[in-house]
Amino acid sequence: MINFLSSLPTPVAQGMIWGVMAIGVFVTFKVLELSDLTVDGSFATGGAVFVVLTTGGMNIYLSMLISFVAGCVAGFVTGIFHTKFGIPAILSGILTQLALYSVNLRIMGGKANTAISWRNFDLLVSSRTDVIYETILVCVIFIAVLIAVLYWFFGTELGHSIRSTGCNAAMSRANGINTNTCKVLGLVLSNGIVALAGALLSQFQGFADVNMGRGAIVIGLAAVIIGEVAFGKIFRNFALKLVSVVLGAIIYYIVITIVLKLGLRTDDLKLFSALVVGLFLGIPYWKSKVHFNKKEKKEVKADA
Amino acid sequence: MLEIRDVHKTFNAGTINEKKALTGVNLTLNDGDFVTVIGGNGAGKSTLLNMITGVYPVDKGSIILDGTDITKLPEHKRAKFLGRVFQDPMTGTSGGMQIDENLAIAARRGKFRSLLPGVTKKEREEFKTLLKKLDLGLENRLSSKVGLLSGGQRQAVTLLMASMQNPKLLLLDEHTAALDPQTAAKVLALTEEIVSESKITTLMITHNMKDAIRLGNRLIMMNNGQIIYDISGEEKKNLKVSDLMELFAKASSGEFANDRMLLS
Ligand SMILES: Nc1ncnc2c1ncn2[C@@H]1O[C@H](COP(=O)(O)OP(=O)(O)OP(=O)(O)O)[C@@H](O)[C@H]1O
Ligand SMILES: [Mg+2]
Repeated sequence: MINFLSSLPTPVAQGMIWGVMAIGVFVTFKVLELSDLTVDGSFATGGAVFVVLTTGGMNIYLSMLISFVAGCVAGFVTGIFHTKFGIPAILSGILTQLALYSVNLRIMGGKANTAISWRNFDLLVSSRTDVIYETILVCVIFIAVLIAVLYWFFGTELGHSIRSTGCNAAMSRANGINTNTCKVLGLVLSNGIVALAGALLSQFQGFADVNMGRGAIVIGLAAVIIGEVAFGKIFRNFALKLVSVVLGAIIYYIVITIVLKLGLRTDDLKLFSALVVGLFLGIPYWKSKVHFNKKEKKEVKADA
Repeated sequence: MLEIRDVHKTFNAGTINEKKALTGVNLTLNDGDFVTVIGGNGAGKSTLLNMITGVYPVDKGSIILDGTDITKLPEHKRAKFLGRVFQDPMTGTSGGMQIDENLAIAARRGKFRSLLPGVTKKEREEFKTLLKKLDLGLENRLSSKVGLLSGGQRQAVTLLMASMQNPKLLLLDEHTAALDPQTAAKVLALTEEIVSESKITTLMITHNMKDAIRLGNRLIMMNNGQIIYDISGEEKKNLKVSDLMELFAKASSGEFANDRMLLS
């Protein structure tokens, strides 16, 4: 038990970094009600851009800013596919994601993997156990600032129009909102955040990898859904919803740590994740069915 | 002020589902006109409104509002001049957003949306005054999600939203049809109040013949994608439901008026 507890900080830190990425997923999946698969690519883009720039001598904050911008560009491309080419959002994301695989390899000079060492660079976060609490503290501050900024942004006129676009596109257009522009903006913002998370993870693990984003969307959805199931009833405020997304990601990584300790093979992890997320995605649907059946039965009784 | 010239619209052209929804509609509205629109199911009433608002592009013809040709203008740009209330109470408001946020979105119709606050304190006070007029107790629920409101309450809020920013034209598509009779009457009374107060030129689709006769200064009847009657002034005031039924029967040349019309 003590052994387990002492191994907790690592999944917590990991969960927080993926929580940042899940906040990006939240912006498209929950605010815009779009399923965007760009993230698998833009996450790696963020990592690749960061590592290449930092090892090239750039200041880490500036590198992270450029990672963010690179993610924004990826989101923009998906947005254009979706709104200007009329391609369904999900397919637009798949196209960009595929393209990004080549782009990410290019960024890393043709290598699938580029390392960055804490010995040579003053990185923000690291998975080394001797600095894990500092890493967690940095993540807490980072997430607090991110949530504060998003809370402010979605309360502005522009933020309102993005929320409204996701909520009711017909109403939005009837009130003069360019829903296509809003969708593009949402995708831009979301992938920018996801790329930032990629930049964080590359620091945490000490390298960027073309495949580091594979399945990111699933982890992001897992975090969003776990957060909603666990805290949806108590956290109603927008900022708290974002907190619950991060908590969802942390829970996800703690569960993963547990199942790995219980003997699940690392190779089977993605299978496990996909099944769990599938299950959770199904819950609202089953709930509505059960609800419906109950209602029907009641009505039948009332008729009799 | 509004001029619709020879507007045509065919859905799914060239397929077995081809449907000629509008076949040459001509209509000129004068400033301050309050026009009620009647006609059977599928007559093209909603399509006409959708052409004005730009939900679908027109196949042929033009739409001119106050001298400006808006035929090619995208929907969100026309919105500046138009206030809309839909048949489905869910359509006119964002259910996942608060009452004040919905009103604030409407209050910015036609304006550039920046990074300034989405709702200001001052606006919230104004919204409270506006909502008080509805007498639905909504003035104390500014921060409630609109999704928690009843259909009638949502429709009343939508009506407030549609009349904000002084639209040139108010377009109502059977906006009381989904409400229970009592609520419908209330929303209709509110409509009358808003229209007479602000003198907005209004186009109101209804299936209720009595309302169509009682309200407004002009009545048009549509059939098969065309306007077949256009009655105003004294002539309209003296109309009776039976007259309309007769006109309707004549128009559909022997076909019986549909049930919905008979019932109302
Ligand atoms: N988006 C669409 N796609 C295909 N056909 C459509 C579409 N919208 C309307 N139509 C068809 O065009 C015709 C006119 O429809 P419209 O909705 O304008 O009728 P309406 O007069 O509003 O009828 P109702 O009283 O039932 O609302 C109908 O035959 C309808 O099926
Ligand atoms: Mg209709």
